[in-house]
Amino acid sequence: MSEQYTNNFLKEVEQNVEEGDWVKMCMQCGVCAGSCPLGPHWAHPPQEIFMMIRANKREEVLTSDSMWMCTSCYNCIARCPRELPITHIMHGLARYAKVQGLAPQNQPTAKFGQLFWDNLMKKGRVNELKLGVALYFMNGFVEGIKTALAKSGLGMAMFKTKRMDPMEILGGHGIKDPGSLQKIIKKAQELEAARTQSN
Amino acid sequence: MSDTKSACYICKGCGIGERLDAGQLSNIATREGRMQIVKEHDFLCNAEGVKMIRDDIDNENVNKVCIAACSRRAKTEAFNFEGVMMNRTNLREGVIWIRPDDEESRETTQEMAEDYIRMGCADLKYMNLESGSGQQLRNDHILIVGGGVAGMTSAIEAAQAGYKATIIEKSGELGGWAGKLKSRTPSVAPYADPADTEIEAMKAAIDAFADVTVHLNATVAKTSGAPGRFSADIATESGSIVTENFGAIIQATGFNAYDANNLEQFSYGKSADIVDQAGLEALALAAGDGAIKRPSNGAEVKRVVFVQCAGQRSDKDGELSYCSGHCCSTSIKQAMYFKDQNPDIDTQIIYTDLRTPGSAGEDFYRSGQRKGVTFTKGVVSEVTADLKVKLKDLILDEEIEEQADLVVLATGQVPNAGINIDAVVSDEDNAGEEADNKIAGISVLNLDYRQGPDMPQLRDGYADSHFICFPYETRRTGIYATGTVRRPMDIQQAKDDAAGAALKAIQALENAALGRAAHPRSGDLSFPQFRKEGCTQCKRCTVECPFGAINEDEDRYPEFNESRCRRCGTCMGACPVRVISFENYSLNTLGEQIKACDIPDEFEEKPRILVLACENDAYPALDQAGMNKITYNPFVRVIPVRCLGSINSSLVIDAVTSGYDGVMLMGCPKGDNYQCHFVRGSEMAHERMSKIEDTLKGQGLEPERVQPHEVSIADIQRIPQLFNEMGELIGEIGMSPFKF
Repeated sequence: MSEQYTNNFLKEVEQNVEEGDWVKMCMQCGVCAGSCPLGPHWAHPPQEIFMMIRANKREEVLTSDSMWMCTSCYNCIARCPRELPITHIMHGLARYAKVQGLAPQNQPTAKFGQLFWDNLMKKGRVNELKLGVALYFMNGFVEGIKTALAKSGLGMAMFKTKRMDPMEILGGHGIKDPGSLQKIIKKAQELEAARTQSN
Repeated sequence: MSDTKSACYICKGCGIGERLDAGQLSNIATREGRMQIVKEHDFLCNAEGVKMIRDDIDNENVNKVCIAACSRRAKTEAFNFEGVMMNRTNLREGVIWIRPDDEESRETTQEMAEDYIRMGCADLKYMNLESGSGQQLRNDHILIVGGGVAGMTSAIEAAQAGYKATIIEKSGELGGWAGKLKSRTPSVAPYADPADTEIEAMKAAIDAFADVTVHLNATVAKTSGAPGRFSADIATESGSIVTENFGAIIQATGFNAYDANNLEQFSYGKSADIVDQAGLEALALAAGDGAIKRPSNGAEVKRVVFVQCAGQRSDKDGELSYCSGHCCSTSIKQAMYFKDQNPDIDTQIIYTDLRTPGSAGEDFYRSGQRKGVTFTKGVVSEVTADLKVKLKDLILDEEIEEQADLVVLATGQVPNAGINIDAVVSDEDNAGEEADNKIAGISVLNLDYRQGPDMPQLRDGYADSHFICFPYETRRTGIYATGTVRRPMDIQQAKDDAAGAALKAIQALENAALGRAAHPRSGDLSFPQFRKEGCTQCKRCTVECPFGAINEDEDRYPEFNESRCRRCGTCMGACPVRVISFENYSLNTLGEQIKACDIPDEFEEKPRILVLACENDAYPALDQAGMNKITYNPFVRVIPVRCLGSINSSLVIDAVTSGYDGVMLMGCPKGDNYQCHFVRGSEMAHERMSKIEDTLKGQGLEPERVQPHEVSIADIQRIPQLFNEMGELIGEIGMSPFKF
């Protein structure tokens, strides 16, 4: 009980979440909550998320799927009278939750994010065909077949208008030296781990 | 009347010449208005036209001038002749601009102009030159009651402007509440940190002025007189009484802290660790540069909770209904006392609406956030004696209980305005002696006024202020309330306010020295005069004067204090025996204007509607209607009046019994949110009109022929509409039977 409204979690957010040091500057006007086109679909609008952080509700914030719902439309940033980078904080919180292993299971945005990342890292370019197929089968084989059949018309149309190359499935295009990219990313991840450790 | 010479100048510019028959107007001014000189000019307000008038004044000894041109509110610089009585007959905004320019309307428009010429000449005929009473000399000494931030600032500002000041402070030290603070909220950029109160610097400045006298441990035992000649008995520290004369008075008596013992729900008094904001300042001063400790046991403070709006903005009995304005910023400042000393101390401010008025406010709020002060939007329902804070978080919508080490209650300011004289008066009426015990409070000014020992209070115990139009002006001319006795405010606002009050006090004493009125008829030299032999000592004038300008002399006759008077004429309107008048504004000037208007007989189907319009709001609104070319009924005859309060019922009765078909009184909104420049004028007019109904019925007249209206300066569409409705009403009920 007495842990409530202590600044512990706020400090953790400030240190570990991208743009997290802005959270304390929120003045609770609610313009972000009123501006969000997905407002009715999340449990907690940004205003509430910021208040929960200040109220030391670590579990509730990090396990919430609210910040995963952000579509990066930037309406809230454009309108925030205190100029908080709300979109960035939402993505920062989502990422931090995932790193902490607290992101909600089977959250579609989180799953898609992982698929996208894995796809990109292989060749340094997104292979849209493989990404699309992976997406169809994200929720199991049977589901994947059903989705693929349902979308077959769209696939044929894209093929005819040369918007999709079936040969991509065999490997596809990429950058000249994906190995170097992977090295760069690895190094960046090491640096970040070192930074969080030192905190 | 023998040494007067009247002249009428008719302007033909701005389309007046094309729309009206100026020759006919000249005839009327000469034959009916008995003007000795009548001239027409194509462009009266140009240099040549003005020179023509000036030459007549200088060479022909003309001292009464009727300028039949535009509204009295236009071209005031061109038509500015000192020592000359003047009437501005309004043919432009009042006639041609509010009538359609067509053949059909030509006759009625011309008649309207002719009537206005007749009325203007009649007004002039009964007007005398205003001269001032010479009741007082110039006195450049200002009495300042209260030695806090506002009082000290007023003294410094007055002294810097070259005036003398005397400060009366009831405590043993200057500085007031601000002197008991560790720091104040900042007043200069970047508005980030608590700042020095600068009280010591102000004290030094006051010491350095030879013309500022300070009486500590002193009070005002008695105040009498009027602006320019106030006399105050000062009860000094030694017990002796010193009597001094002053030109003006500033009341800067500040506030008392709200008694937090009333707040049982917050356990104030049950734990040493629950303090109000003043209590925290004391702790901070005691701690000096070190950490503030818990008063109960001297332990380290880890967690401070600030409860905003404690006993404020509340509808509970015994709590304050208003916001004290400074407390949110003060709590942020006090949270910084902790954060600046040790950032690991949790400081939480629980608010429902965070209000940080003033330029520093928003930046200071951000600075608090940057320093890690937590702001929670919530309502605290209870603080227990062991410092458990129960609140409802309004954002997360949940009930919470948390543990604090120290709780600070942001309680409000209670004005220290002295005795509520209105309560005294009504209690006297109702309960006699019993009520005397109820009248708590000690008078601040001990005014020797018939109306009571202190100035009237506006609301919530705050000293008087004309809050809409001129916030400094009170209903006690020459006495200015400033600082937290006028409204809740912080140090910076009090300083700004006090500088303004000092300038108003200077203005008041200089005006008084010249016999001129203070706001809003500033510069007016006329003042009420009364025919003593006609007076019945009914006291209505003393009671109805909104400004307490009238005392009673030893023989119980009214005693007018000219420089307290604001020249509204409410006394003139009140007097049942019609003995009060001004030199240039009287029952005669108004009555003769009313009589001068031509009343066509019943069968001509040309009714006459008399409109008495407040010169402050209704008349300018009509001018604007003219500028917007809003047409209205051609049978309306408008007379501008100083205030509806100056309208004597007898004028209205005379008008309806001499053939007017309707009388309309156009005054300002009345009641709690009054806009009347003279506070009660419009209200008095409405009350008086409600009482003449029986008289009208007795004469066989319909009561609806007399209509008082509340209008504002923005009603430029509505007032013409009201005129037209009155015209329609007369069409329905018929013409007045009093046309002879």
